[in-house]
Amino acid sequence: MNPPPVIPVSARFTRTPLVVRKERQQAAVRLVLLAMAVLMVLPLLSIISHLIVQAWPALSWEFLVDVPRRGMTEGGIWPALVGTVYLVVISLAVSAPIGVLAAIYLNEYARDNWFTRAINLAVISLAGVPSIVHALFGLGAFVYAARFGYSILAASLTLAIMTLPVIIASTREALAAVPTAFREACWNVGATRWQTIRAIVLPNSISGILTGVILQVSRAAGETAPILFTGAVFFKAVQRGDLFPYRLTDQCMALSMHLYTVSTQVPNVREAIPWATAVVLLGAVLAVNAAAIALRVWLRNRKRW
Amino acid sequence: MAPTSSTGAAAPPRPIRSRRAVWGERGIELLIYASGMSAIVFILAILFFIFREAAPVLFSDRFSLTQFLFSTEWYPTSVSNVRYGTLALSAGTLAVTVLAMVLAVPFGVGGAVFLSQFCGPRLRETLKIIIELLAAIPSVVWGFIGLTVMSRLIVTYTGAPVGVNVLNGGIILALMSVPIIVSIGEDALKAVPDSYVEAALALGATRWQLVFRVLLPAARHGLLAAVLLGVGRAIGETMAVLMATGHAVQIPHGILDSVRTLTANIAAELGEAPAGSEHYQVLFLTGVLLFIITMLVNLAADLIIRGARARK
Repeated sequence: MNPPPVIPVSARFTRTPLVVRKERQQAAVRLVLLAMAVLMVLPLLSIISHLIVQAWPALSWEFLVDVPRRGMTEGGIWPALVGTVYLVVISLAVSAPIGVLAAIYLNEYARDNWFTRAINLAVISLAGVPSIVHALFGLGAFVYAARFGYSILAASLTLAIMTLPVIIASTREALAAVPTAFREACWNVGATRWQTIRAIVLPNSISGILTGVILQVSRAAGETAPILFTGAVFFKAVQRGDLFPYRLTDQCMALSMHLYTVSTQVPNVREAIPWATAVVLLGAVLAVNAAAIALRVWLRNRKRW
Repeated sequence: MAPTSSTGAAAPPRPIRSRRAVWGERGIELLIYASGMSAIVFILAILFFIFREAAPVLFSDRFSLTQFLFSTEWYPTSVSNVRYGTLALSAGTLAVTVLAMVLAVPFGVGGAVFLSQFCGPRLRETLKIIIELLAAIPSVVWGFIGLTVMSRLIVTYTGAPVGVNVLNGGIILALMSVPIIVSIGEDALKAVPDSYVEAALALGATRWQLVFRVLLPAARHGLLAAVLLGVGRAIGETMAVLMATGHAVQIPHGILDSVRTLTANIAAELGEAPAGSEHYQVLFLTGVLLFIITMLVNLAADLIIRGARARK
């Protein structure tokens, strides 16, 4: 019987041609995919830096609190800034409660039957409705049928319906993350369904719910199409630095709309103004998102179960 | 607890909740049920109200549905011969969407694969946050970037007479849909059972072989759904294409032609169409068309995701 061939230790781990080829292939693929990932990240960074460089001459505290002057070719963005705050606050004041309650229904009450499936389909379809169709709906339903006219109210309600499905989805995810055992423990000591939700489910999921709602703040602030025909207006005379310039039935200016206006509709705008408006809008949106992400990371780290 | 205790010792009294607490709870649950139905109510309301505004034109003799769908002549304000053909607009939407997907799908799927297989947890978290931020950029800012930065780049490098065209809109829409494709695609890859991955690795497959032979085939439904959701977003996007594709109502012959999409057309003309006029009604009808298209795309995506989940 032949003894097994003795392989010197140094040769025992030599890479065969096949292994070498596989390693090369792997490295090449990794490089290509890394390049793709970098190409995805690059736009964000280059866009932000380019915007800031272009906007620099106009960016100042003055720009934020001043009103537009000389047919919007100079001055600041105060009315638009306040208008956006109005729209966001009112729309979320409407959509957040409805969305959270709807998610509670879907996650805590609904049985698995055709009706629940219909609701799920409706949520998905609602999330996919194009923003301009929301605008048409807002115009037909709120401005004309409900006789709100072109107003902050009509625009906010339109935005509310646009943000609703996403709030439902994110809240539902947060509720579903609470372990069933928590609920069972609570039911077993005799609590009713609602008592369980209030005392156990909501406190344990409030962070996730808040994150979802905060993300919709930035979405509502950035959307233009839904408010274009329901309540946003090119120009509205407002006192400089006035905190409450609008009534609910007024039309208002909004940052997103203002960016569209000064970059396409108004001739001879001072070069830096559209850029500065874009920076303020983008900065606000990204800051809100970053806050939501930070909140999520922080809460995930101190989660106890 | 039994209402009466037979074993001698007096049972503690059964706690009784005040009438107010009981009715309050009932009221809240009623609210919850009502809100639960809100999504159905709103989706039907959207359909009802846009259809209500559009309906009269369907019965007008000056309007024909065939012309609306298949004619390229869009002259809504012509005095002598008004024509409402949306084919050129649909072609514009199609051209921009297709180009956007051609650009976004390789990057989106590649990005999802990279995130799930080729990078460490730290890099993954960072990239995911950046992608989330990329998804948060408002469409009007994208439109502004298309109008200013991208159009200048396109004019410089391609020699096109105008920078706002299909190429511009396609690139902008690709940048907007990549985040969706990456995040949903990554979920789809994550949903592939670990045993598949382990089996492939145990057989000596490289990461690349694992991705190409195991992960992509196993996750193909989820990836398709991710792409469809990207398509849905691209079709429905308004402000970015309004600002970045130019305003020529024509069937594009190349990617350097300007076009106008269905969505941009509504946004551009609704302000000038007097309420209740025929033009206004036709714009609402375009909205109905868009609603139906995006709904079909999104439902298809959902069915695919659900089907993939049911098979597991």
